[in-house]
Amino acid sequence: MSKVQVSTSINEETIEFLCEPEQTLLDVLRENLGKTGTKEGCATGDCGACSVLLNGRLVCSCLVLAVECQDAEVTTIEGIATDQGLHPIQQKFLEHAALQCGICTPGYIIATKALLEKIPNPDEQTIRYWLAGNLCRCTGYDKIVRAVQDVATELASEVRDASPEAQ
Amino acid sequence: MGSYAYVAPGTVAEAVAVLQDHASRNKRAQVLAGGTDVLVQMRTMDREPRTIVDIKTIEEMNRLDIGAEQTYIGAAVASAILNENDTLRGLFPGLLEAAELIGSTQIQGRASIGGNLCNASPAGDTIPALIVNAAVCVIAGPAGERELAAEDFVTGVGTNALAAGELLLGIRLDNPSAKTRDAYLRFIPRTEMDIAVAGCGLRLSFDDSGICTAARAAIGAVAPTVLLVPAAAEALVGSKVDDAALAAAGAACSAASSPITDKRGTADYRRKIVAVLCRRAGAIARDRALG
Ligand SMILES: Cc1cc2nc3c(=O)[nH]c(=O)nc-3n(C[C@H](O)[C@H](O)[C@H](O)COP(=O)(O)OP(=O)(O)OC[C@H]3O[C@@H](n4cnc5c(N)ncnc54)[C@H](O)[C@@H]3O)c2cc1C
Repeated sequence: MSKVQVSTSINEETIEFLCEPEQTLLDVLRENLGKTGTKEGCATGDCGACSVLLNGRLVCSCLVLAVECQDAEVTTIEGIATDQGLHPIQQKFLEHAALQCGICTPGYIIATKALLEKIPNPDEQTIRYWLAGNLCRCTGYDKIVRAVQDVATELASEVRDASPEAQ
Repeated sequence: MGSYAYVAPGTVAEAVAVLQDHASRNKRAQVLAGGTDVLVQMRTMDREPRTIVDIKTIEEMNRLDIGAEQTYIGAAVASAILNENDTLRGLFPGLLEAAELIGSTQIQGRASIGGNLCNASPAGDTIPALIVNAAVCVIAGPAGERELAAEDFVTGVGTNALAAGELLLGIRLDNPSAKTRDAYLRFIPRTEMDIAVAGCGLRLSFDDSGICTAARAAIGAVAPTVLLVPAAAEALVGSKVDDAALAAAGAACSAASSPITDKRGTADYRRKIVAVLCRRAGAIARDRALG
């Protein structure tokens, strides 16, 4: 009926789509655009499975209207790995077996990316608070926290090795 | 059933015109700030199609001004932006700790103080903190701007003082003097992600000898609306905010409350812990003001 045309950037690609005014970003990602990596859990902002970055900020895509994304920059799980391979966060989640059924994992990866961009060296309490909006019913959280700590250490040492003072 | 529509006005005047036009045609419009209440409502208890009026695209709604004497927080400024501001944290630590309690990192990226106030939940965490800081609500409407004290803004469970065609522009606060500070505490059954069983905010001022010269206390989640408790303030003014004065203030908060029993706690329990929260938040505000 009264569909709205939206032009936005998703994972650095300009994308145009038509949507209903009441459709959420989550619905459009999954149903209109086939980007099903972002998962629906509760659809009311409690579980974080649908986490994406919107203009660099971590948000639940179930609580964003798709029409709000006009001229925005959205990053979803599909934009995390590169042609060279998995992102270190993804790699560490695999190594630490920080997932079982996998529904919460894309949300965790996105939330971890947002966390480490803001706080590169978080302590355990910071990690647990920052990720409190992501629920996992399988792992018991401990392996997730270990994976995040490990990737933080790895990324920090990469930064150290790349800086001129390290030479 | 009609259908949903979405508008993103460029200016406050345009937003008011859209709201007024809908009101005059008896059509429903709803302001959208961070959407952390609106989208949940659209999915659950309130599916009626309506026009969503997004205010985040209006520059004035995102204005955050921290001046020498006053602070202005635009209605759509996200909690995460407030929490990242150290100057604001120095001035209004209690208001920021209330804003920081709202939901997860994801929710913080969107949720606004303006939305928390307009949504008018009895458990809205920033409302007691706004009231104790004597926040002024700046409102825009068809007749121009008007101002209203935060304690007069919420009129009932989920209802506020905005008339048809009006919207909240932002919140104005007087910066506290050196020996004045606020604090807010709530109780929830877990450490993160829940709604207050009870909450209490205080702002205390002291003279050079450490005597409390002015106080404001407000309680949340223990009455249909957040309440300012003058009797709690009276118990503190003139004292050093010692244990006895804090106990009297706590008792005044319990006496002012009229809580309900629900899954989060019984009325008796709420009445009891609101006093505990008052005592603890009072001690924090005192130490901040004198520290
Ligand atoms: C998972 C989750 C956890 C939460 N935890 C908490 C919590 O711990 N404590 C708490 O207090 N709340 C909590 N909330 C509720 C919500 O996040 C807050 O009330 C938040 O501050 C709302 O802000 P918003 O900008 O998202 O408002 P919106 O959802 O955009 O708006 C809320 C209401 O206010 C109206 N409104 C918004 N701005 C204006 C304006 N400028 N003028 C007129 N009307 C306006 C809207 O029409 C709507 O009715 C939680 C929500 C979720 C989803």
